[in-house]
Amino acid sequence: MSGYRLDSGGLVDRDRPLNFTFDGKSYRGFAGDTLASALLAAGVDIMGRSFKYHRPRGLFSAGVEEPNALVTLRAGARSEPNCKAPVVELFEGLEAKSQNRWPSLGLDVMALNGLAGPLLSAGFYYKTFMGPTRKAWMIYEHFIRKAAGMGAATRLADPDRYEETNAFCDLLIAGAGPAGLMAALAAAGSGARVVLADEQAAMGGSLRGSALQVGDSSGDAWCRSALAVLAALPNVTLLPRTTIYGYYDDNTFGAVERVADHLAAPTEGMPRQRHWTIRAKRLVIASGAIERPLVFADNDKPGILLADAARIYVERFGVAPGHRVALFANHDGAYRTVEALSAAGIEVVAVVDPRPEIGAAARAVAEASGAELLTGQVVTRARGGRKLTGIEVRPYDPAGGVQDRLPRTLAVDCLAVSGGWTPTIHLASQASGPARWHEGLAAFLPGEPTQPWLAAGACNGEMATAACLAAGARAGTEAARACGFAISPVSLPAVMEEVFCDAVLPVWDARAPSKNGGKGKAFVDLQHDVTAADVSLAHREGFRSVEHLKRYTTLGMATDQGKTSNMAGLALMAQESGLAIPQVGTTRFRPPYTPVTLGALAGQARSAHFRPLRRTPMHDWHVAQGADMMEVGVWQRPRVYRRDGENVEQAYIREARQVRAAVGMADVSTLGKIDVQGPDAAEFLNRVYSNGFLKLPEGKARYGLMLREDGFLWDDGTTWRLGEHRFLMTTTTANAAPVLAQLEFLLAAVWPELKVAVTSVSEQWAAMAISGPRTRDVLATVVDDIDMSNEAFPFMGVREGKLDGIPVLVARLSFSGELAYEVYSGAHFGEAVWRKIMAAGEPFGIVAYGLEALGTLRIEKGHVAGPELDGRTTAEDLGLAGMTSRKKAYIGSAMMDREGLVEPRRLKLVGLVSRDGQPIRSGSHLVEANGASAPPRSLGHITSSTYSPALEKYIALGLLENGRDRIGQHLVASYPLKGHEVGVEVVASHFFDPEGSRMHV
Amino acid sequence: MLIPCPHCGPRDVGEFTYGGDATKERPDPGSASASDWCDYVFARANPRGLHLEYWHHAQGCRLWLKVTRNTVTHAIEGAEIVGPWAEADQDKRRSDEGQDVA
Repeated sequence: MSGYRLDSGGLVDRDRPLNFTFDGKSYRGFAGDTLASALLAAGVDIMGRSFKYHRPRGLFSAGVEEPNALVTLRAGARSEPNCKAPVVELFEGLEAKSQNRWPSLGLDVMALNGLAGPLLSAGFYYKTFMGPTRKAWMIYEHFIRKAAGMGAATRLADPDRYEETNAFCDLLIAGAGPAGLMAALAAAGSGARVVLADEQAAMGGSLRGSALQVGDSSGDAWCRSALAVLAALPNVTLLPRTTIYGYYDDNTFGAVERVADHLAAPTEGMPRQRHWTIRAKRLVIASGAIERPLVFADNDKPGILLADAARIYVERFGVAPGHRVALFANHDGAYRTVEALSAAGIEVVAVVDPRPEIGAAARAVAEASGAELLTGQVVTRARGGRKLTGIEVRPYDPAGGVQDRLPRTLAVDCLAVSGGWTPTIHLASQASGPARWHEGLAAFLPGEPTQPWLAAGACNGEMATAACLAAGARAGTEAARACGFAISPVSLPAVMEEVFCDAVLPVWDARAPSKNGGKGKAFVDLQHDVTAADVSLAHREGFRSVEHLKRYTTLGMATDQGKTSNMAGLALMAQESGLAIPQVGTTRFRPPYTPVTLGALAGQARSAHFRPLRRTPMHDWHVAQGADMMEVGVWQRPRVYRRDGENVEQAYIREARQVRAAVGMADVSTLGKIDVQGPDAAEFLNRVYSNGFLKLPEGKARYGLMLREDGFLWDDGTTWRLGEHRFLMTTTTANAAPVLAQLEFLLAAVWPELKVAVTSVSEQWAAMAISGPRTRDVLATVVDDIDMSNEAFPFMGVREGKLDGIPVLVARLSFSGELAYEVYSGAHFGEAVWRKIMAAGEPFGIVAYGLEALGTLRIEKGHVAGPELDGRTTAEDLGLAGMTSRKKAYIGSAMMDREGLVEPRRLKLVGLVSRDGQPIRSGSHLVEANGASAPPRSLGHITSSTYSPALEKYIALGLLENGRDRIGQHLVASYPLKGHEVGVEVVASHFFDPEGSRMHV
Repeated sequence: MLIPCPHCGPRDVGEFTYGGDATKERPDPGSASASDWCDYVFARANPRGLHLEYWHHAQGCRLWLKVTRNTVTHAIEGAEIVGPWAEADQDKRRSDEGQDVA
């Protein structure tokens, strides 16, 4: 592109040089530069390699629409791929690397892909997956994925902090160009709360650096004074460097503020980015428009860039894009570039315009610049190797297209192109009906709003600065009035006459007719390397809907989401189909408008803050004992309490053995606990549980089963009758919240006549289970006023009393099959009660046991838990049919006898014993020992497994087809993913003490 | 999305849990047929437009609400409390308003 820094001009601070590197080479720019403007000023032509063909690419734009100049910014943990050079603000020490090239940007061996071009045409992936080459994909995938791509993300943890915040306002204004600024000025005087957000560091949009006279001075001066006025108002919030990326229900918006991206690293206490959730009564969309390129052969050569970008680099950064520049445009607005370049002393060689007639003002600009004005002509091809050296120009006739004549060649090192403007309707399209077609501008405008927003300025097809200011004032006034504010009229600044885009001559394909040099790739989508030929191919192969076109060719995908390419793609498809563009339609723009970092979305919710951790009241004790804590759902629970040198298995075996031999205690505070009170509480429980609860006496607990309405098992637990109208229900840990919500639903929507109240008390009670033959001896020494004898306190009894002065509930329940009690105390007494029991148990050899031993003990007893209550099992499947009453109606009773649920061959709960002393892996499938079929048919699977110290064998619970009729059979538990197979014998699920003699003593 | 909880006021949808179609009435276990149960448990209309549905204000007052929502636009036409608390809540608000006047 042969860019260079002009001697004067631009908004950069020439007294503040900044050093930076690109691909390891040192450069110098100025404060106020972007990485793109600094590289352009340094004469860097090639800034990237293209996605598929690895063609050399230069800077193409001056904004977020940039398809080519993508770089990886910073290094190490802060390394960030796919940053668009035109929006990277320069800072001292900035480090950038080019992407998608090997070994270097200048010499890229992958550029050979260009030679294999036809292989990578539209639909390449589909054809490879579906066709006879499917197997070859396995071989080539690695290389193709490596060759086609963007930058690589770092694997290091993000060292930065991200904030989240909320804002509420009357008006949210998206974009601070002339329309947005004027809308803010119009609304702010009324006292309305206004938030004005703009993605750029400096607000002002097209007015920044503009010499156009607005009011008494330049556009640049006007926008500075407008911003000063707004900044001084207490009801106005200015959010620069903030992109409103998504429009959601109830006028809620997602926005990301790049707080520290313009610095080498955030300073102490500063977040890198801040995510805003903004609720606004009205949105004013003043998001402007994005210029679009033109399609001709080799239109991707470095040195070709958008016309308005060329103007911006001159006016805003004092950088010339080339020494000999040509303009190729189809509307008057692009002549502003000619005006700006010649004012800066840059030679404009020619202006190529397909229109036979151009506006008088545009003609005057062209003539004043000394450029050769070539109306009725188009650029059909760019010339040059690694950068632009010339253009081929041919005559063009609006009726007959490009004329088949020998081209005239002009030597240039920069070509500024403009095919008109595409209004930025992204936000509007997320809350509107179909986009409206504007014939004159050949562009889609916002559709009918489905939420309260107004559009103003270029995004609404108003292209002149004066029109933008007027539309902004109108929108700001109307929006503030709609929010109930009284508005006094605001005066509009006068704007000097300017050239602007009032209409375009749509030229969607400027390639020469093919017999005379129609070769060369004509790109529609620069970022994804989609050519005009690809669009034709997609059409020929039947992918004609705009949605299919997009997916088949990948047009409009990637990090720029087709901001420069969508219109040309649609237009070419329309041409192929012989349809008008509005008939082809456009795809709806979904959020985000520009890429949002995952860090900004995650905010503070990372690492330990990802979700709250729940700790039981005895947590500190477990940790002090060196327990292995594990996450169970959101809970932290002790897994095992390892002693010196023990592994997990040795530890749980010791703990479980000690429970059966003497006594042990486990923390069961995580169980769901629900207080159920009211005169109809018993009746309510009787309708909720599948077994009877009406006759449960006070001071007794009962094990209950809950079904879902569809008849499957849902949850289990014990419920204790504490008084005539008062129960304490326990649920499994995992279902604590869902069960409460379901009970609340039933009381509200199904049985409103029942006088019952339910309250979660899971947090209020600490709970511990003490099990083993010495349990009574231990508790008798610490419990003050409860007669612990078998006669006075029988199995399933519940007593209130005191434990060394602390009020407790004691229930005689057993999950382990041993003599056992559960002790509940107020949560804040939990650790004290636990310590007192541990101390009292010391002479009896008490151990604390964790989840593993808890599991071992319940598997030995054949008790079901989460792995068996998997939502696919019935009470009958798990051998609990006896607990489903036939005498009453309850949740699930009507559907539990459905045909499929009483099918005798269903998977049934069985026990399994390892035959060869090997552990049985949970998740293994049960198959025939010498099955003929390969792979063998699964007869069921292992749900829970353990080593049983009581049986001195590896045992498991499983669900087995027709399982109860298979007792005694020999099967194989197979885990093919791990190559693990164990011979097993099917046994009854009650492995240990099936009569329950040990707990009734 | 904002749900106007009659008890708490307009609240973000994140505070609520969706509870499904609120037009379905649980059949009477004494008289319902298998097909009644099938309809209640499994059949849902999935209408385009207004839909009456349950929402649980799980992170708020924990009341169950019947909400009328437009499935096309997500516009919420109204919300009412389900169950015996509906009346109590109305009484409370009436007396609150009375105090304001006084």
